[in-house]
Amino acid sequence: MYDYLRAEGVTQIAYVPDAGHKVMIDRSLADADAHSIPLTTEEEGVALLAGADLGGAKGVLLMQSSGVGNCINMLSLTAGSRFPLLCIVSMRGDFGEGNPWQFPMGRATQAVLEAMGVVVLRCDAPEDVMPTIRAACSMVWGSGEAVAVLLGQRLLGAKKF
Amino acid sequence: MAQLKRIAGVNQPAATLDRREAVPALIERPQDWLVVAGLAGTAQELCAMTDDGPNVFGLGGAMGAGPSMALGLALAQPNRRVLGITGDGELLMNIGALGTIALAAPANLKLVCVDNGHYGETGNQDSQTGLGVQLDRIAAGFGIAVVHTINTMADMAEGRRILAAPGLAFILLRVKEGPAMKKPRSLRPHVVRDRFRAALLGR
Repeated sequence: MYDYLRAEGVTQIAYVPDAGHKVMIDRSLADADAHSIPLTTEEEGVALLAGADLGGAKGVLLMQSSGVGNCINMLSLTAGSRFPLLCIVSMRGDFGEGNPWQFPMGRATQAVLEAMGVVVLRCDAPEDVMPTIRAACSMVWGSGEAVAVLLGQRLLGAKKF
Repeated sequence: MAQLKRIAGVNQPAATLDRREAVPALIERPQDWLVVAGLAGTAQELCAMTDDGPNVFGLGGAMGAGPSMALGLALAQPNRRVLGITGDGELLMNIGALGTIALAAPANLKLVCVDNGHYGETGNQDSQTGLGVQLDRIAAGFGIAVVHTINTMADMAEGRRILAAPGLAFILLRVKEGPAMKKPRSLRPHVVRDRFRAALLGR
């Protein structure tokens, strides 16, 4: 996924850390030709990537589903200005979740994104991932849409408690 | 009317500058910059200073977006000078963005906060800075190496020198309450985005 996104022209990788994105984050930190941007809150990433687009650059926002809730009003920037946006969201409060704190936002993630005009694509099996990422890139940079790819816990595995 | 109490022990000079004079005195040639201007006052005045120019993306909503947008733009355009200008209210809303910016530290990015200590668009309520919160100390605490505070016109020349020099910097421009310069500007953000990209990228 990392190599594919870089080949698509992605140069800004923004994230609030999550275990589900560990490999992507580590790859971005080791990549001298890309900007690896740790955020304090996910909504910064929505704005950051809008600025990247103003300057003709592409980026991706990596976050956990809990971070989707932090982005709600900032997505009005994306929708109103028709900024392309690619988010990859690792799910919590999903298949096999053992932490009850994660369920309210996990249940609301897809609805919140769709309410703010973001197209949601979901992956629950390893063979779904790359076709979905390729489709998302086409929708984002071909058509100018905002797309979130949700990586389900059936795919990622649930954290043990 | 009941008032919020000031934070005890903070001594700052009273803000005396009029933003309608202070902002143009600091940002002499806005047309030389790629600008992201936060809602509401700074977007109004930077659009007014450039006649709604295509090099200014002025926000009308999405409060808290400005500094982060300026960072993304600065990283995307390392050979252009990028100005992120916003007010105290917007900066406070996503104050952690200063840490993100300090870490990335693009040499072509300057941040200016026009701090009037109030929420001027919503009834002029005191903001936290109007009650003693010091954004210059916060910026320095986040690790931004060059921080300059402008309280009077005498502080302006150093601000202009910092804006002209390379390196990330944060300038706190303290102004009194009062209106920003204002001319009609487009409030259709997709139009502003498209014209910004067309002028910069030709597409």
